[in-house]
Amino acid sequence: MTDVTHGAPVAAPRAFVSPATERRVVRIVLVLVAIAFLAIFLFLPLISVFYEAFRAGFSAFLRAVTERETASAIRLTLLVAAFSVPANLVFGVAAAWAIAKYEFKGKSLLITLIDLPFSISPVTSGLIYVLMFGAQGYIGPVLADHGIKIIFAVPGIVLATIFVTFPFIARELIPIMQAQGSQDEEAALSLGASGLKTFFRVALPNVKWALLYGVLLCNARAMGEFGAVSVVSGHIRGKTNTMPLQVEILYNEYNYGAAFAVASLLALLALFTLIVKSVLEWRYADEIAATRRH
Amino acid sequence: MNALASIDSEGSVALGEPVDVTIENVVKAFDDTPALHGVSLDVKAGELVALLGPSGSGKTTLLRILAGLDAPTAGRVLFGGEDALGLAVQDRNIGFVFQHYALFRHMTVFDNIAFGLTVRPRAQRPSKADIRRRVLGLIDLVQLNGLDKRYPTQLSGGQRQRVALARALAIEPRVLLLDEPFGALDAQVRKDLRRWLREIHDRTGHTTFFVTHDQEEALELADRVVVMSKGRIEQVGSADDIYDSPASPFVFGFIGESSLLPVTVADGAAVLDGVPTGLSAPGAAAGPATLGFRPHDVVLVEDDGPALRGRIIAERRHGARRRLELEVGREHHRAEIDVEVGAPRPEGGRIAFRPERWRIFPPR
Repeated sequence: MTDVTHGAPVAAPRAFVSPATERRVVRIVLVLVAIAFLAIFLFLPLISVFYEAFRAGFSAFLRAVTERETASAIRLTLLVAAFSVPANLVFGVAAAWAIAKYEFKGKSLLITLIDLPFSISPVTSGLIYVLMFGAQGYIGPVLADHGIKIIFAVPGIVLATIFVTFPFIARELIPIMQAQGSQDEEAALSLGASGLKTFFRVALPNVKWALLYGVLLCNARAMGEFGAVSVVSGHIRGKTNTMPLQVEILYNEYNYGAAFAVASLLALLALFTLIVKSVLEWRYADEIAATRRH
Repeated sequence: MNALASIDSEGSVALGEPVDVTIENVVKAFDDTPALHGVSLDVKAGELVALLGPSGSGKTTLLRILAGLDAPTAGRVLFGGEDALGLAVQDRNIGFVFQHYALFRHMTVFDNIAFGLTVRPRAQRPSKADIRRRVLGLIDLVQLNGLDKRYPTQLSGGQRQRVALARALAIEPRVLLLDEPFGALDAQVRKDLRRWLREIHDRTGHTTFFVTHDQEEALELADRVVVMSKGRIEQVGSADDIYDSPASPFVFGFIGESSLLPVTVADGAAVLDGVPTGLSAPGAAAGPATLGFRPHDVVLVEDDGPALRGRIIAERRHGARRRLELEVGREHHRAEIDVEVGAPRPEGGRIAFRPERWRIFPPR
């Protein structure tokens, strides 16, 4: 038996502070710095975009965004996204699958290459496409002989956009696929499922949230890309101008109201992307957590 | 495909014919590093076999080869006399329970268990009502009634294990394969599930292999235990065979607690560092050998005749007795013995003892 001494209760030590917690003053300063930073670099510009867009009234805004060339830019932007996002969806899933599930020579090279569009200036990538497919380029003349025009036309814009947005989906998928390993697929196979059924009923649902994030980010970037598209587009009004290019043209023509009207649409797209992402995270928090768990 | 166990309309489990499994000279090499060196094993239909060994012994590799998740470099595997290696994993009709269960996290318990039935080609797929009846029967079998709409993350480890087993049983497998089935569970749940798995096996009668590194689990649960080490089978036998007649110092050392001492056999008796131990070595060839005994199989003796002598270097409580850690012989070999808790501590920590049961193993 242990001896237990009953005595006067010992006074609790003075206000215990967790060793991992900063002091109050430090905390307040850090929070203020973060808020100030957000306000100056994020909220203020965002608000001013909408302020400028609607300064001349809602009907002026509507007139600006339905103007023929602007409407054509919006259509082209949607078209480019409609090609590049599915293309990168297929590529991203295939690349992430190969990297996460197989060991092969040149794997780290592939990972590096997937990141290349992140590290290279978009203008440079645009120029590379001009060099490849332009009238004086390597294969441009051959294609031109067959009546195929890539540079200063829609195909070039789509190609440049695919290149620039190509890491987004793969990058979202690789870590989660690596963390999950192949056991679920092995289980499905051992239960008699075919390769296709295993992919669509087990592997894909396991990464659906990461995939959705990737698609959202990829789409936002595809619609907003400026540099690479600017080089290959040729700025043909009503034909090869996407929304970001249209914003620049309007701005350079001192047509600020219209420029900000189109810019506000792009800003809306960004907000929409973030809101959808947050709503999904909130609505499916449990399921997302479950999928991310090992 | 021959169905073995099927659930009849009342939802109870009906039995079919379990198959024999023959493993012939299976070799597996990963990038030149051999993981299995020619393993052969015959398992009778309906047997419950434990593959027991330390990590790296090749037991999981062997299990995955049986499942078709890995292919051997050489050798044959027969299920009921039929070549199994020619069949893809989907067509092999095995039930595999993964160490971490690998439950489909976006599916409910019901959908997990039903998976193997719902993915069948339309012609072989049971009707919805049949699937439902069968799944509910399995849920009943694994005692998870009322949890069919839960998701795997909402279950405890033991419950997930049961779902994994029910999912594997749903496809009426010819052979059931379990990889460390209780490895991720805490001690009490392990014991309960162990007993429960034995009952399930007795009811369903599948030929079953399970991989474990836990000797207690293997000895308690299996009809036969296959002890593996470094890609080889060291011994195959019942729990009694393995425990009482270990075939090698490895098995003796791996199963149960043991002390192993390097001795020399001379004139039919063991000699430790030139000092006679008084332990006979009938039938052992003269020369170097290994003496093995169990810590609880020793008695303390007077320090005046042939015996093992050692100095106590540590002691600790061990269940109902006290375990002494000793340096034995002139060359300070380590050994452990158990003594009564109240036994007086000898002067200078010097102690003489004699195993009541011991084994002499020839050198490898």
